[in-house]
Amino acid sequence: MALLDVEDLSVTFRRRGQRTVHAVDGVSFSVDAGEVVALVGESGCGKSVTSLALMGLLPRRGAQVGGSANFDGTELLALDQRSMRDIRGKDVAMIFQDPLSSLNPVIPIGIQVTEVLVRHRGMSGDAARKEAANLLDRVGIPDPRRRLKEYPHQLSGGMRQRALIAIAVACQPRLLIADEPTTALDVTIQAQILELLKELVRDSNTALIMITHDLGVVAGMCDMINVLYAGRVVESARRKELFAAPRHPYTVGLLRSIPRLDVGRGEKLTPIRGSVRDVLPWSEGCAFAPRCDRRIDASIGEPPPMVPTHTGHSYRCVNPVPVEEKA
Amino acid sequence: MFRFIVRRLLLLIPTLFGLSILLFVWLHRLPGGPETAILGERGTPEMRAQIRRSLGLDEPLLMQYGRFMKRLLQLDLGTSISTKREVTTEFIQRFPGTVELTITAMVIAIGVGIPLGYLAARRSGSILDHASVGGSLLGTCIPIFFLAYVLKAVFAEWLGWFPAIGRQDSSIDATHPTNFFVLDGLLTREWDAAADAIWHLILPGLALASIPFAILVRITRASVLEVLGEDFVRTAEAKGLTERVVRRRHVLRNAMLPVATSIGLLTGLLLSGAVLTETVFGFSGIGLFLYEAISNRDYPVLQGFILLIAVIFTLVNLAVDVSYSLIDPRVRVR
Repeated sequence: MALLDVEDLSVTFRRRGQRTVHAVDGVSFSVDAGEVVALVGESGCGKSVTSLALMGLLPRRGAQVGGSANFDGTELLALDQRSMRDIRGKDVAMIFQDPLSSLNPVIPIGIQVTEVLVRHRGMSGDAARKEAANLLDRVGIPDPRRRLKEYPHQLSGGMRQRALIAIAVACQPRLLIADEPTTALDVTIQAQILELLKELVRDSNTALIMITHDLGVVAGMCDMINVLYAGRVVESARRKELFAAPRHPYTVGLLRSIPRLDVGRGEKLTPIRGSVRDVLPWSEGCAFAPRCDRRIDASIGEPPPMVPTHTGHSYRCVNPVPVEEKA
Repeated sequence: MFRFIVRRLLLLIPTLFGLSILLFVWLHRLPGGPETAILGERGTPEMRAQIRRSLGLDEPLLMQYGRFMKRLLQLDLGTSISTKREVTTEFIQRFPGTVELTITAMVIAIGVGIPLGYLAARRSGSILDHASVGGSLLGTCIPIFFLAYVLKAVFAEWLGWFPAIGRQDSSIDATHPTNFFVLDGLLTREWDAAADAIWHLILPGLALASIPFAILVRITRASVLEVLGEDFVRTAEAKGLTERVVRRRHVLRNAMLPVATSIGLLTGLLLSGAVLTETVFGFSGIGLFLYEAISNRDYPVLQGFILLIAVIFTLVNLAVDVSYSLIDPRVRVR
């Protein structure tokens, strides 16, 4: 059985006087122990909301969560606040996008690391400080003893993200969720952070859900990729298969918009036309149809079902991109 | 830090110098003078001229200013025209009353305002939230003298729970080594004297607290609401920390930064004297005395008191800046 089984997860935001928003609309995926699974998509596709729903971090008022998320036998979505607090940070941990705003500016790094150890591993005083220094050392922060006494603004962006990672892995969680962990960083630092994450999950057999808009990030480290569009998974495949034979026009569009060094001069990037706002409600057909070149009559009217193939690759399209014949 | 404090204290010198010039020109430009206050409307021109001469007011303004500065450098602020006592003595006798009143008002405003503002933010949109925002609006709208009279009429005159006037009951024969009546009572172990002094502070303290209370409720509420939406609070939640730790260590500590600044400013403001409250409750602090000094054109008192208030205001602000740098590591004073 998988470590995490997400079945038909949906998140609806209701605010009085405002239109109801289906941010996540029936998302299913699973994560095995030690596996790296990606949720990929543009801003607003529901990938971050999915992760917050799993962590129980959505605002209590206004957000409605449906479906199920089974974590090693525990139904996460049915847990009360108190039991969720026992799991968060211990069994399931999260790394956020912007390391500066995600750290408390007026508290030394040390306390921000030790407070998790105190909460979940029952450590205190010197033992916690020693372990915190070990953790900082493990995520590649030089001179950890001194850094523990420093404040977030005294660290560089990369350091801060490393500190956040140290906090997340402090209790050896079985599942780590990284929400755009490299978006706020320089390109060189991005590579280092990804390398570090890869190393950490490999060494400790931690499962990782990688949330990103960047297929380049995914290419280097993920086992399984789920592409999200307008709150639904539109294509799901193992990494090699997805890059070699993408079937959903949206996935193809995403792949085409990655800048590459190995193409000839003068060849232009192909952006996907329109924006996420040009969406058809799923109940009226394929949400991507208004932006899609391969749209056919069958795209409109009925919501397209998820089509499975024998290799575990599945896609949600009535007119998929044909698999290219390879010589 | 030390250099920062010294520099700020040195800056006080030109500030006070400028203020003294402004004060001097402004006061002497006011129509009427001490002679009118002393003689009333009936004095003859000769009598007026004689009083002016005896007070040295017939000399050119520059000469008068020179004399004032010379005395000031010897820390001598002159003698009050109306009470014939030294200005410094008057200040030392009356300022403690204002300090006690300020502390009472700020304790009430902080003790009720901050928790209320915090709860309002935690339950934003609830009845409690609307009630506290409305209540704080009322606090700023009701004129202090009106509120003071209502409090006095209801709790002192009608219900008789609190004394209506003064700093201490006249029947109590207490010794006053410091002029802080509450502190004096504690120092001399005259517990009933201390208790009576506290009793006298409550109604004027409540009246004076209304505006700082209203401001603190609103600032705390806004600040907590802002911090609750911050990413680091979400990180704290993601760590699975208990609600208490998230609240105290992550929300409150950050939310208190703007509140601390307001507390400093408000304290400085209240220390400059509460004319209306002190008048209604016959409370002898600097506000009441300053008010009388203005009516009497008591130049030495006005000059001396206003300069001293400026010094105190600056010191309070300095204390705020220093404490701010202690709670927020990003603001390191140099």
